[in-house]
Formats: sequence, structure tokens, C-alpha cells
Amino acid sequence: MMNQLFFLAQAESGLSSTVWTYIFVTITFMVYLYIGWSSRVKESSEFYVAGHGVPAIANGAATAADWMSAASFLGMAGLISTMGSDGSIFLLGWTGGYVLLALLLAPYLRKFGQYTVPDFVAKRYYSETARVVAALCAVFVSLTYVAGQMQGVGIVFARFLEVSKTTGVIIGMVIVGFFAVLGGMKGITWTQVVQYGVLIVAFLIPTIWFTGMMTDTSIPQVGFITGDVHTAVNLIHKDLGFDEYTKPFASRSKMNVLLMMFALMAGTAGLPHVIVRFYTVSSVRAARYSAGWALLFIALLYTAAPVLSLFARSNILETLHKAEIVGYETLDGNRYDKLDQLKADAPTAYEDKDFIYKLEAIVVDEKTKKEVHVPVDWINSWQANKLIVFDDTDGDGVIQMNKVPKTKERPSGYQDVPYFHNDILVIAAPEAGGMPNWVIAIVATGGLAAALSTAAGLLLVISSSMAHDLYIHFFEPDAPEHRRILVGRIMIIFGIIIAGYFGIVEIGFIAEVVAIAFGLAAASFFPVIFLGIFDKRCNREGAVSGMIVGILFTAGYILACETHDILPFMFKEPLMEPWLKGLGALEGYEFFKGGISPQGIGTIGCLLNFIVAIVVSRLTPAPPEEIQQLVEDVRIPRGSHDPEAHFDETDAGADNP
Amino acid sequence: MPEDQPDSSAPSSSSPEPTGGAQNIGYWKANLRLIIILLSIWAFVSFGCSVLWIEWLNKFKIGTLPLGFWIAQQGAIYVFVILIFVYALAMDHYDRKFNVKE
Repeated sequence: MMNQLFFLAQAESGLSSTVWTYIFVTITFMVYLYIGWSSRVKESSEFYVAGHGVPAIANGAATAADWMSAASFLGMAGLISTMGSDGSIFLLGWTGGYVLLALLLAPYLRKFGQYTVPDFVAKRYYSETARVVAALCAVFVSLTYVAGQMQGVGIVFARFLEVSKTTGVIIGMVIVGFFAVLGGMKGITWTQVVQYGVLIVAFLIPTIWFTGMMTDTSIPQVGFITGDVHTAVNLIHKDLGFDEYTKPFASRSKMNVLLMMFALMAGTAGLPHVIVRFYTVSSVRAARYSAGWALLFIALLYTAAPVLSLFARSNILETLHKAEIVGYETLDGNRYDKLDQLKADAPTAYEDKDFIYKLEAIVVDEKTKKEVHVPVDWINSWQANKLIVFDDTDGDGVIQMNKVPKTKERPSGYQDVPYFHNDILVIAAPEAGGMPNWVIAIVATGGLAAALSTAAGLLLVISSSMAHDLYIHFFEPDAPEHRRILVGRIMIIFGIIIAGYFGIVEIGFIAEVVAIAFGLAAASFFPVIFLGIFDKRCNREGAVSGMIVGILFTAGYILACETHDILPFMFKEPLMEPWLKGLGALEGYEFFKGGISPQGIGTIGCLLNFIVAIVVSRLTPAPPEEIQQLVEDVRIPRGSHDPEAHFDETDAGADNP
Repeated sequence: MPEDQPDSSAPSSSSPEPTGGAQNIGYWKANLRLIIILLSIWAFVSFGCSVLWIEWLNKFKIGTLPLGFWIAQQGAIYVFVILIFVYALAMDHYDRKFNVKE
């Protein structure tokens, strides 16, 4: 009934955004399915590394899609929008890591040429214990990361299918699982190339639209520096009591910005699902270029994201602040002028906050210079899902966005908007900016592409670590091909269920959850792989103890500081205050303000891993002669085409540029 | 596998090297030097310009935006892309020079 009315109302102005979303999502899913089906795999080398035959540019685009997840597409712009200048942590952390990857890891790992990161660790450190530790780290890191994706998928479905976020996450689990189980790496690679196209178009269209609307040019990166939007936003921020948008270190101390940025960088370079991408190219040379292409493709979105954040911030503050409340509506469509009437008529809806505020923004008409009232409709569906919550605290009938202290009841920090879910920004922006319905639908489709492509890559790592590195290796070493793939697929389902749980519990906003996964990767893989290539003397004992110390320290610190969010049914308070918090509170020590945040602890874990690995390996015997020879061999490109590197001869010519 | 036969059809290399071992050491040293230079630039734009000196850089403008803010949200990313392609191109050169090409 509700839906029918909705469609009728939209009939005059073309198709509704929900219908457009169904159309786009159906078309893109059919394309993904077609690719997945036509390149379905029967051999495990294809399942895991696509037979090592992917050209550099294609691999770059696939890496970009694999990499740019719901965190980049949905979460990051929302966070930058509220963090302002400090949002650069995410922008630089997630792009700077590619420099480390391209210079320090990717070419050598390709030369080494195996299936998984634990394979490298096991062989380089001549130890099956090292393999187990690395495989467990890979599973742990990837699960944390998938949880963030599930949350993103949940939000997109919550908006467009008009269901709760939990239902949205469950629908997402089914779809992600379906694609990941079907394809394996070969299907994933070509699907991801298409998904890159979808997500970049979906992100750039609204950004270009906003740029054209708010500045003299249509190129976002140019409009960013020539426009005056930031001055306007700085002014509103001042009015409302927030720090200026362009002022650095407003939301995080200098120390935490440095720590978080490095943790994200080293984490990027150490993430198993990104590293494994460089096993799929045809040569060492292709691995180097591939990293460059990947970053170029990523940079297209990453340089547009801060522009969208700024413009959306301006737009949202200008429409919501001082907006008038013109009525209240229950979810079944009954409208009331006064809150008291709603309370008397529908007491349960009132108690459960199952009603929405109808707002009208007051805008000055450019031509007539008169104030006009414009209904703000984009907030309605978000209110129904409780991802935006209004509360007219002073009862003056006007929404105030003034800064108030953040509390558990009012996590947003706005006076009359106690809850504003950051992750909706990119999806909501086109609607808030009055763009046509098809643009809104394209953005939703892009968000799904971003979350799906990354979740698929991550699930593959989970599956390969569990099946290839743990199960097959220890329980059934001579399992036939079809059985290996079957075990891999079972592990994917297992991974989805755990990730789904964390997607529903919601530890933080998408980008924050994902940042924790990076800390874990930075503290476990980056040092061990780096030393494996650059320090010939590093041995088994050093690597194993380094990884264990790094990941346990980092995970322990995060768990202790965020106990109440990770296990909400067991703990009400965190077990521990962040370190150095006391020092940061002192006069003159603003550098340390707030202590070491759990999202930056990966840097310390990474450092500990390095120290432990180097010290322990100097106190224990040097690695055997053939391992030292292996390291020498990995350092030079010649010979990467030999048979045990699983090189596919037919694709040799596809190597470019 | 033609790639595996040493010096079979060595490309027009500018510096003929005596043995594979010495070549490899020279190649690795050149590689390390290049990595150090490029990573210094990487650290300079990211940790330096975008964090440590951002407040000072914000006194200057690019277009209408504060310079430090622009580097932190745009400029550094462009530098990263350039660094990776410079590395890939320079390594192509070293691969040929030290005759370790695949």
C-alpha cells in the first residue's frame, strides 16, 4: 500500500529512485553473473591466482576495485565530511601504502610466485609453524575487513529496499556469498574490472554535478581550489561552534594522525587480499606497473572524495540548520501537525520513535531575493531506518545543528540531530543536492559494486588461508582438485557468517572498522614480508615471534580499549583507557591529546614486530644456505617465467604496457 | 625457456658485466638507492607536508584553498602516483643495464 502510493506520487516526475535502483542493480548483477559463469574455474591455480595471466592495466583496475571497498566509497567521504582536514589520514594512508607496496613488496612477491601470502611466509621462513601463524593472521585481518563491507551493503539495502539495517546485512551476506562461491579468482578478476568501471562512474557523476552546481567549473579537483565553498563551510562551522573545516588536528591529535596514517599505509602494503593480486600478473615488470595503474585508478576516486565531502557538508548544513518542522508522520503514513497529537493517537509509535519529522528548509531565492520554503524529503527514508534521528530538544519547532558534547545518547554532536550515521553521506548526497532519481540509483549501484568486489576478494583470502594453508596442508595433503575447491567454498560461507555478525553488531563506522583491520595487517604481515626480502639474515624464529607479538599486542590493545563495542552483551565499559591519555590532558602536551587511539596502535605493533624479528633472528642460527639463495633469487626479476611459478605461456604477449 | 639461458641474446647493454653475481649485486645496490630516494620524497609529502608542517603551509594559498590542506587532501596523492611510475620506468632501465631482464 505504502509502496503503491509512493510510486503514484512519483509518476509525474519519471521513475522513482527505488525503481531506477532495481533496474541498475539487476543489469549490473546480470553482467557480474555472466562473467562469473563464463570464467568459472575447475583448477585451483585458477581459483586462487587466475593462472598468473592477467595484463597489468586490467590487474590495476581489478586491484583498484578490490581495494576500494564500501569504506572508500561510502565510509570515507562521510568521515572526511565530519573530520574536515583530518580526513587526510584516510586519503593519504590508503594511497601512500601503494608506494610501499610497489617499491618494497609487489615485484618480489610476484617473482616468488606462489598462491598465498602464508605460502611465501612458509617457504621463506622454512617453517610450517610460520605458515599457520600467517594463515591465522590473514583470516583474522580479512574477517575484520569483510565486517566493514557487510555494514556498507546493509546500509545500501536498508535505504532502497526499505528494510532495517540488520535485514540489509543479511541480504548482503547471501548475495556476496553467492558471487564469491561461484567465481574464484579468475571470475573475480574480470568481474572486478567491470565493477571498477561501475563504481568510479557512480562516484564521479554526483561529484561532478555538485562541482558544477557550486563552482564555476565541472572538474571536481579544479573546483576544489577555485571555488569558495570551504570559506562558506568554515563560516557555518564557526557559527555552530565547530572548529573550522580546514583546520588540522581538530578531531585527532598530531600524534594520532601520524600513527593512524602509517598504520593504514603499512596495512595497505600488508593486506593479503591486495598482495595476492600481484601474484596474478604475468611478470615482475607487470607487477610494478600494475601497482602504478592501480593507484592511478584509485586516485581518480580519492581526489574526488574530499571534494564531495566538502560540498555535501555545505549542502547538508545549509538545508538542515534552521529548517522548520512542519509536521510529524508515523511510518504507516498518518500525518500530525503537533507532536502531542501523535503521542495521543499512536503512543507506541511515539515511544519507539517510529515516526519521522517533516522538515522545510528556508532558502533565499537567487532571483527574487525572497525566502522560500522547500520541503526536505531526502531525510524521510533515512529516518524510517533510524540512520538519521531528529529530536527538537528545546521545542521551538526549528532544527538547530549547534555543536553539543558527544554522549552515548547523542553520538553525532549536533543539538537537534542526536544521531547522524556518517556512512549514508555518499548515498544521501545526490538526493540532498536535488539530483535526478537515476543519479541516486547509480550511486547505490556503485556502493554495492564497491562492497561486493572487496568482500569477494577478502572471502577468497579467507577461503585460501583456511582451505589451502590450513586444512589441505595439515589434514588432507593429497586431496583431489575438486575437493580442494569444495573446502575453499565451504570456508567462504563460514567467513560470511562471522563477518555478518560483526556487520550487524557494528563496532564503529565502516571506515573505522576497516582501519582496525589495517592496523592488524600492519602489525603482522608488513614487517615479516619486508624483512623476508630485504634482510637475508632474518630467520624462522624471528619471523614467527615477530608476527605473534605484533598481532597479539595490536589486537589486545584494540580489544581492551573497545571491549564495550566488540562484545556489547558482556561489557558495558572498556577494560582499559588509551595509553598516554593522562599525558595528553596536560597543558602543553596537545601532541598526545586523547592518548594512542586503537586505530593508530598498528604502527606501534608494526614497530614491535620489526624489533622482535630482528633481535630474535640475531640471537638464533642463520637461515639455511638454500633459503639465503632463495632471497638472492627473489631480488632479481630474471627467471620469473619458470614452470613452478605457474606461468601461463599463452598469456605472455598480454604483458603490457 | 629462452629467458633462462644466460647471455644468450643479451640486449645492447651499456655496461658489460663480468659475472652474474657481480651484476646482481650492482643491480640490488642501484635498486636500494632508488628506493631510498623515492621513499624520502614519499615521507616528505605525507608525514612532512601533510602533518608536521601543515599549519605553517596553511598560511599560503593555492587558488582559494590553504596550501597544507590541499597537499594533505590532493597534492600528496598525485605525488604518490608519479613516484610509482618513476620507479617502474627506472627499474626498466636497470633491468636492461644490469641484464637481469625477465
